[in-house]
Amino acid sequence: MAEEVILLDFWPSPFGMRAKIALREKGVDFDLREEDLSNKSPLLLQTNPVHKKIPVLIHNGKPVCESLIIVQYIDETWGPESPLLPSDPHERAHARFWADYVDKKISLGRVVRAPTEEAQEAAKEENIQCLKMLEGELGDKAYFGGERFGYVDVSLIPIHSWFYALETLANFNIGEECPKLVAWAKRCMQRESVAKSLPDPHKVYNFMLELRKKLQAQ
Amino acid sequence: MAGKVILLDFWPSMFGMRCRIALALKGIQYEYKEEDLRNKSDLLLQMNPIHKKIPVLVHDGKPVCESLIILHYIDETWPDKCPLLPSDPYQRAQARFWADYVDKKFYDLGRKVWTTKGEEQEMGKKELIGSIKLLEGELGDKPFFGGEKLGFVDIALVPFTTWFHAYEVCGSFSIEAQCPKLMAWTKRCLEIECVSKSLADPHKVCDFVLQLKKALGIE
Repeated sequence: MAEEVILLDFWPSPFGMRAKIALREKGVDFDLREEDLSNKSPLLLQTNPVHKKIPVLIHNGKPVCESLIIVQYIDETWGPESPLLPSDPHERAHARFWADYVDKKISLGRVVRAPTEEAQEAAKEENIQCLKMLEGELGDKAYFGGERFGYVDVSLIPIHSWFYALETLANFNIGEECPKLVAWAKRCMQRESVAKSLPDPHKVYNFMLELRKKLQAQ
Repeated sequence: MAGKVILLDFWPSMFGMRCRIALALKGIQYEYKEEDLRNKSDLLLQMNPIHKKIPVLVHDGKPVCESLIILHYIDETWPDKCPLLPSDPYQRAQARFWADYVDKKFYDLGRKVWTTKGEEQEMGKKELIGSIKLLEGELGDKPFFGGEKLGFVDIALVPFTTWFHAYEVCGSFSIEAQCPKLMAWTKRCLEIECVSKSLADPHKVCDFVLQLKKALGIE
């Protein structure tokens, strides 16, 4: 079946990275389209009129929005032999819970965008507490899902591309606070789908530096 | 599926109501446990140590937290009766999107309306009506968001309608007058026994909200 898969993305977005990882895990060919968020394309505005945000997955002309909804869609549409979510309903609920936790609680952007040093420290502290919680949930497992890379891993691993920027710009050394999580991240980075989908940490650093400059100028 | 089912809940919670509707639709026998949120039970703190919130579904001693995750769990564990989500992946993604939209917008906007005054409240009222109108557009001419039958989005949204009267009283405005389509949809949902018996009485909710305002020192 001739298939058209387009992903509207913005390269530093952890949400976009989730979608890219999922597509690559399933071996789906897709047309990656970079958006300029200060000048959103008509296609983006048309396919996500409600939130006007990336990522948007467009499959044969039909759009899917919100990164975790996109990842679930990808899981249900392609590669049933390599599922991202487990098959047992309770384990699925468990995975959904922790991906939802990442969405609700992890906000590294707040650390970078913090207008004062005080706000930055508060944001760091909150994120550290939540990352430690995630570390506790990971425990001694290779991945959040156990032996297999899965849904929760996909939802969280994008933060790895921000580690260097956070350390350098905000003195936020995740390695010191959460060594198990860093080891897990390195393990995930060995997967081609992840390595290909996460941007160069130095590029992210430069982007964050520019963003900070712009915010401070305002 | 054998095994004891318990729902830890709080009677005015829209999120708890979602679970009650789903369990009723599936015909699942369960024990309803009312929580006092100022004095949370050991069971609640044990079953949801991360967020310490209701609702929590406890099945065979194992907890499931977060209302939309609970709905997915109920649908997947008892798949034979009354599917809550469509079977087509694209339709499922659409249903999830709109339920997520309700989650992102309604609770906070509603809260703005009953906890604030003046300009902030006016903005909350305007945005709430705007969100409802967007949902009316999505409903279109269908009887339910799920099509001919009640579905995931209907279950996610209808509990919020029990708080509309409270919002109207606190904000001195009429949601019904501005959003007749949603009101018609609400009436349609209430004709379904599993829904009507799961929802709190809007007047009781209003009394609760007014008492809560006093207790919190909000005029």
